[in-house]
Amino acid sequence: MDFASSEAVPGVPLVAGSATSTKIVVAGGFGVGKTTFVRSVSEIPPLTTEAVMTEAGAGVDDASAVPQKKSTTVAMDFGRISLAPDLVLYLFGTPGQGRFWFMWDDLVRGAVGAVVLADTRRLADSFPALDYFEGSGLPFVVAVNQFDDAPVYTPDAVRDALGVAARVPVLICDARHRAATVEVLTALVEHALAAEPAAV
Amino acid sequence: MSGSAGTNTVRSAGAGAAGTAQAGSAAGAVGSSAPVGHGLRTDSVRSGHGRSARVRPYAITRGRTRFGRVLLVETLVSALNRPADPEDRSLPELAMICDVTRGQMRSIAEISALLRIPLGVVKVLVSDLADQGRVRVHGADSAELVEGPESEVPATKRVLLERVLGGLRKL
Repeated sequence: MDFASSEAVPGVPLVAGSATSTKIVVAGGFGVGKTTFVRSVSEIPPLTTEAVMTEAGAGVDDASAVPQKKSTTVAMDFGRISLAPDLVLYLFGTPGQGRFWFMWDDLVRGAVGAVVLADTRRLADSFPALDYFEGSGLPFVVAVNQFDDAPVYTPDAVRDALGVAARVPVLICDARHRAATVEVLTALVEHALAAEPAAV
Repeated sequence: MSGSAGTNTVRSAGAGAAGTAQAGSAAGAVGSSAPVGHGLRTDSVRSGHGRSARVRPYAITRGRTRFGRVLLVETLVSALNRPADPEDRSLPELAMICDVTRGQMRSIAEISALLRIPLGVVKVLVSDLADQGRVRVHGADSAELVEGPESEVPATKRVLLERVLGGLRKL
């Protein structure tokens, strides 16, 4: 994806006082529609940011001879939704490959929760993300991105196939459509609220 | 960043606190270990005028890996009306960050995407700017929420979730 210019992508208007921002992580296998999902609801064209990672592969060869040999650039697409003048929600589509899990701990800090996108033709591609979020304790929902030429299954069938707990919402959506994306995000936040201890 | 990495120049003369520009490795950009610098070319050292050296992109972080504020990818930043000290010939990236956040708020991730600076480097530079009083880092409240799922301020987190939910329902 091309990098956008700052003129083409306006920032968030200043407000009196401080503003709050939070994020939702959108995960899933390669090509499952993470960026499509983000684009359908974002108020800005999805942007791409890069994090430079040093892979945890020490000892494979002598890194001192080639100082940056082990560094890898990981790209993330993200979008933005202003929910109120002083409340901004970011959506981060994250690399689906398991080898990047070590960067997720940093990314999910402060997140409301995660959406694990799944494609019924390649359900196994979403296993690494499911494993990660089940282990992290971050609230998540599963959203099947229903591709036109993919077999249609009920949410319960998908839940059984993925082996996710009954309490985890499973939805069918079309990531191209804003209303469907908003429904998934809403379900996630409701789920996160239900998991949050009641106010004292 | 408009120029390629190879054209960045750091001068110790006038850079004041910069001291010796030190090129950290990529690890420095993501906040892990503190590497010793590589890539500081000495063939462009000019005697008598301090040093002028072409450096790697991560040299702009001077190898630092710690910052005093909680800066997440979604943390919003806006420039404050405090002009840079004209004597301060500091890194052009600092001014670029002020430019894209002047009169508006942008997240760390947006700054990274628009200026094409890796996330970890943006965090360090924004932390510097905040320390200098040149930018405001928003959302101190939400920063307190990042201590993990077992947040010590569940009520505050709950309020945030309810606000997010209310906002989504209005979309």
